[in-house]
Order: sequence, then structure tokens, then C-alpha cells
Amino acid sequence: MIYETSWTAIGVFAFFVAVVLGISFYLGAKAKSASGYYAAHGQIPWFVNGVAFAGDYLSAASFLGICGMIAFYGYDGFLYSIGYLAGWIVALLVIAEPLKRLGKFTFADALDSQFNSRGIKLAAAISTLVVSVFYLIPQMVGAGALVKPLLGFPQHYQGVVTVGLIVILIVVTAGMVSTTWVQFLKGGMLVVFCAILTAMIVNRGLTVRETSAADFVADEAKVLPATGDWATLKGADFRQIEAAPSQVRVQRHYGNEWRLVQSSFKQGGQTIVNGLPQGNGPGQTDFTPIGRVVELPAGGSHTGSLSPAGYLSTLQASRVEVWRSVKLKDDRGVETSIYYPLVVRGEELLTPGGSPTFSALRTNLYAEQDGQQKLSWPAVWSKLDFLSLMIALFGGTASLPHILIRYYTVKDQASARKSTVVGIASIGFFYVLTLFLGLGAMTSGRLDVTDNNMSAPLLARSFGELPFAVISAIAFTTVLGTVSGLIMAASGAVAHDLLANFLRLEMNDHTKVRAGKITAVFVGLVAIVLGILFGRLNVNFLVGWAFNIAASANLPSLVMLLFWRGTTKQGITAAIFVGMIASLAWILLSQQCYRDVYGLPPESALVPFSQPGIITIPLGFVVLVVVSLCTKRK
Amino acid sequence: MKPTAPDKPAAAKPPAPHVDDHAETSAANARSGLILFFIYLAFYAGFMGLAAFAPAAMGRPALAGVNLAIVYGMGLIGGALVVAAIYMWLCGRNARRFHAEGGR
Repeated sequence: MIYETSWTAIGVFAFFVAVVLGISFYLGAKAKSASGYYAAHGQIPWFVNGVAFAGDYLSAASFLGICGMIAFYGYDGFLYSIGYLAGWIVALLVIAEPLKRLGKFTFADALDSQFNSRGIKLAAAISTLVVSVFYLIPQMVGAGALVKPLLGFPQHYQGVVTVGLIVILIVVTAGMVSTTWVQFLKGGMLVVFCAILTAMIVNRGLTVRETSAADFVADEAKVLPATGDWATLKGADFRQIEAAPSQVRVQRHYGNEWRLVQSSFKQGGQTIVNGLPQGNGPGQTDFTPIGRVVELPAGGSHTGSLSPAGYLSTLQASRVEVWRSVKLKDDRGVETSIYYPLVVRGEELLTPGGSPTFSALRTNLYAEQDGQQKLSWPAVWSKLDFLSLMIALFGGTASLPHILIRYYTVKDQASARKSTVVGIASIGFFYVLTLFLGLGAMTSGRLDVTDNNMSAPLLARSFGELPFAVISAIAFTTVLGTVSGLIMAASGAVAHDLLANFLRLEMNDHTKVRAGKITAVFVGLVAIVLGILFGRLNVNFLVGWAFNIAASANLPSLVMLLFWRGTTKQGITAAIFVGMIASLAWILLSQQCYRDVYGLPPESALVPFSQPGIITIPLGFVVLVVVSLCTKRK
Repeated sequence: MKPTAPDKPAAAKPPAPHVDDHAETSAANARSGLILFFIYLAFYAGFMGLAAFAPAAMGRPALAGVNLAIVYGMGLIGGALVVAAIYMWLCGRNARRFHAEGGR
């Protein structure tokens, strides 16, 4: 969809960036030492640190990805909300206090506190780098997707470069002090404005909208011959017609009739949308915004103001129009993206299994084959994939390096505990709101059929230009905050763990800070490049992988160090390397990578499902125990 | 007679360790944390099991006309805050016990 440049949005956006940079420059003067740069002198008040946790954690994937997934597929996006929040219980009850007690700047300090092992330092630093970079990719991709329409950039990479440069500037100027205050402001604003938006959604209630982008067309339209995918089972429900001279449109078969749907394809460097060149000028057109309630349970066209529970129960009993997409290629190689509506009962949308990612949840483990009930292995793998993701989200939060370093910015264990509780309260409240934001977007009539990442800002636009501007600017600072936290974690891993502790380079306070800043610039540039290269991958999916790697590499060592006296330095080093390499290898050999990254047939993938956590997290524990037993001192 | 060093100002004294930094309190807090963790884990596992193997049950109305999937999900999010509050209270109790026993 083409977005008009909003000057209000640009004004608010510029104001937010100016405030963020102002804080960075002001606080930069106060953070000259290594302790100041990497750990904010350990003097951040616990409440500020708690809200900053929310700022760090509520990334572009949380805000844009989850809202978008709920807006398009219903409950399945909320599964991520639940998993992301539940992970904080591991952080609070198992990791927070011991980590604070044992460490100094990085989580490698905590792991290595009893051993003084260079192997542990190296393994922890590499795992921090790998997880940070994997988590950075979706943030940069999300940033590009967001800034492109907001500032009217024609290309995705321009958004990625803008975000990357601003973040590098923030991190280089002041380190952890400014990063923390930026996170505090961003986390607070995100929760408050989303709460206001939710109040506006339930107050507006639900309205039946009559307009639809799908419509009938006269019977005499000329049907074009089906070639390529159009002639296969995949394209059986669709046909191309010449709606007017040289105006090719797509119809979908609904029951006994063919109806027009939305479509686009490239022709001579131009994008053709719904039969016409895409644009706002004469003879041009654009995608029709989507998302509507078709029928309310009590009839009528409007519910009026509803309570939060009333909003959910009414939507559950309503019928809602949602849009799905498919790509079909003809024998000339022209690929048409088709977007078509389906009317779905609300109760179907509000139970797990509505999205392509989790659709297997609704399939039975046993299927009929040759007249007998037999175990269906595809169903088994799909359910294991879901369980694996939920386990990774649960265990991954407490293993994310940019979350772990935040425990060193407060003064003691009690502050670490209190700030985690504040974090849980603000993050949990936000995740409850995501369900309302997503469902509000689903029924707002403003969604972009081609991009679900823009659902939250477009929902805000349905309330006016100012809410759109504010939510877009907050979403942008969300990206800035998370990316700067990740770059801080990576720069600490290189300068403190690798250079000073592993390579044992002589470094004073000043050079340690300088090394960190140089690393920050380098990691920032790598993030920009990867954000451009991976621009087409699904943001939420990438975040799921980052959680898998973090949990597989770091969780076994953190937990066993705290709860098993037999843990040895060799055990920790081996568990980190094996967990990290096994989860990375699993991901790179998965169906998603075969299809989306290598362009190979997904059936030829070497592993049966894509989320490795259910295998690689236990593997990390087993390796740690076996290696520790083998290397135990007699 | 050897001159004595002048008294350091109060601000220069190292801060007294927080009660949580004592090994006994830390161990008691860790025990409380682990018990609560396993209780929460059981609820989380129940949610995963229902979603994966009994999705139809998740569609049944549970509270105020809202289905089990939403009520259970919201319950897990709200439950995390309840568990956090209980943990804070238990840590406070552990600290009070430590003081009552003379702060060994």
C-alpha cells in the first residue's frame, strides 16, 4: 500500500529522536569510566530499571509483530505474548539474584565467577555476540518496514540505515546510562499510549462495515487461460479475467460464484494493483484497506461502548472478514500475489491454530490411512514445533544478553528482584493490551492487506492523525531502544570478555570504554548490512529463533552453575558451544530456511521441524552433566 | 605514640551489605523461588498441552462469556504478577527472620 507522508508523524518523530539524542549527549558526560559505560555505575534506581526492562524487551517484534499477527490471524499472535511474558518468571525466580551476586559487567562474569576460565569467557562472549546479532536482524528489518512508510522513503534499506546510524550515535555517546533512560522513557510511553489506545478501542465498540474490496463482476468478463500454478491444485480456486480492455484482475471461487479479489504483479518495472498501475494519480489505484465485522451476535450495526470482557465475548460471537494470501506463477514466470477475504466465526479466530504458523494445532495426531487410524508424523512434527517454540520463549528470556546485563545497572540483589517485578508488571500489562490492539486493528477497516507489521500504527490512524504520529514515533523509539541495548551487550562481550579477559590485553578504564565504542560502531554496521540482506524474512519468526539460540546456549550453564555443585568449567564451556552450534545448525537445516533463505524445496530439509529448543536445550543440559562428570576433580 | 588516622567521614564508609547479600537469606530466597517456579511451570505446561492436544477445549466459554484460551492466557500473564508478588512477600519474610535471629 502507498502511505501518504504525514507531516504530523514526521514532526513527532523528529521530536522523539531529538529528545533521545539530547539525553544521550547530556548523560554521556557522566559515563567516562568502564563501570559507568557498561553498568551505569550500578546506580540506576530499581523502578527506572524495571521500566527499562520493558523498554529493552518490548521490541519491534513484540509491538508490531504480535499486533499484526493478531490482526490477521487472531489468537495465535497472543501465544507469543504469553510465552514472552512467562519467560520473565524464569528470570525473576531462578536467574536474577544469583546473576547479580556473581557478576560485574556481563553474564560471562557470572558464569566464570568460580572458575577464572578463559574457555568460559570465550564461549560466553561468542554466544552473546551470536544471540545479539540474531536478535538484531529482526529489529533492523522491523525498523526498515516502519520508517519506510512513516518518512516516505522509497526503499527499505534507507529506513534500516537511518535507524542504524541513530543507534550507533546513542550507544557511542553515553553507553548504558543513556540506554537505560531511553529505555525507561520508551517503555513507559509505549505502555501508557497503548493503554489509552485500548480504552479508545473498547469505547468505540464494534461496527458492522458494509464495504468490501471483494465484489462480483459481470459474467461476460473474458476468462484468461490458466497456465503454470494457475492450472494446478494450488490455483484451482482462482482465475484471471480481463475486467476491462488490458485490465487483468483475479477472481476467487466462493460456493457457486466467482468474486473479484485483490491482486498485484510486476509488469515492466511497474506494480499493477487490481488491474491498474499502483499510484494515487488518475488512471492509477492502490490496495483497498481491509478488516471488518460482517455480523454482530445481536444483529444491528453497532454495539456502542463495551467493557473489555464484553469486547472479547462480543467479537467471539460475531462473524469477521479476514484476508489470506497466495502467490501463483504463470508459465511466463509472472508471479501474482492474491489477497482474498474469508468470513470466519469469531470463536474460531479466538482459539489457537488460526495462523499458518500454528495451523497444525487443529489437526489430529491420528489420520485414517487404508481404513486404519495411523499416527500422522507431519502432525507430530508440527505439534512438537509449537511446543519447542513455547519452551524456547519460556527459557529464552532469562538467557538474552541484553536483558542479563541490565541486572548490573542496579546496586544489589534486592534491587534486581524489585526491578524484575516492575518489569513483569509493565510487560504483562502491555501483553494483555496486545490482544485488544490486534483485535481492534482486525475490525478497524484500515489494515494494509500486504503488510501486517503496520497494523498497530494503522489502527492508531483510524482514531486520527495525532494518535498515528505518536504510536509510529513510539514504535520507532522501540526499535532504537532494543537495538541500542543489544549493541551494548555485544560491545561488552567483545571489549570486556574477549579483549580484556580472554586475550588478557592490558586495558585501562579509558581504553576499555574506547574498545567498547569501536565495537559498537562495528556491530551497528553489521546490523545495518544484515537488516538489508534479511529484509524479506518474517520478523516474529526470526525473534523466535533468537530465543531458541539464547535458551540452548546459555540456559543450561546458568541453571546448572546455580544449582549443581558438580558443574565444571569444561562442562560450562562445552554446553555453551554445543547448545549454540546445535541450535544454529538445526535452524539452518530447517524447512523455513530451505524455503525462505536458500529457495530450495522445503521437503528436502534435513530436520523435521524448525524450532530446535525442545531438542537443543535438553542437549545442553546433558552435555554439561556428562562433560562435568568426566572432568570432575578426584 | 603512633598517630591515629583521622576518622573517615561517614559517606566514605563502604555501604552495609543488604540483608539479601547474606548467604542464608540468598539460599532461603532461592528455595522459595524454585517452589514458585515449579508451580508456575505446571500451569504453563498445562496451557501448552491443551493448546497442542486439545484445542477444541480451548474454545469453550470459561468466564464472562470469554473462552478458555483467552482466560487461561490472561491468567498466565496475571498469574506471573501474582507469583512475583508472593515471591516478594516471601523474600521479605526471609529477611525479617534473618533479623529476628540476630542477623548472623
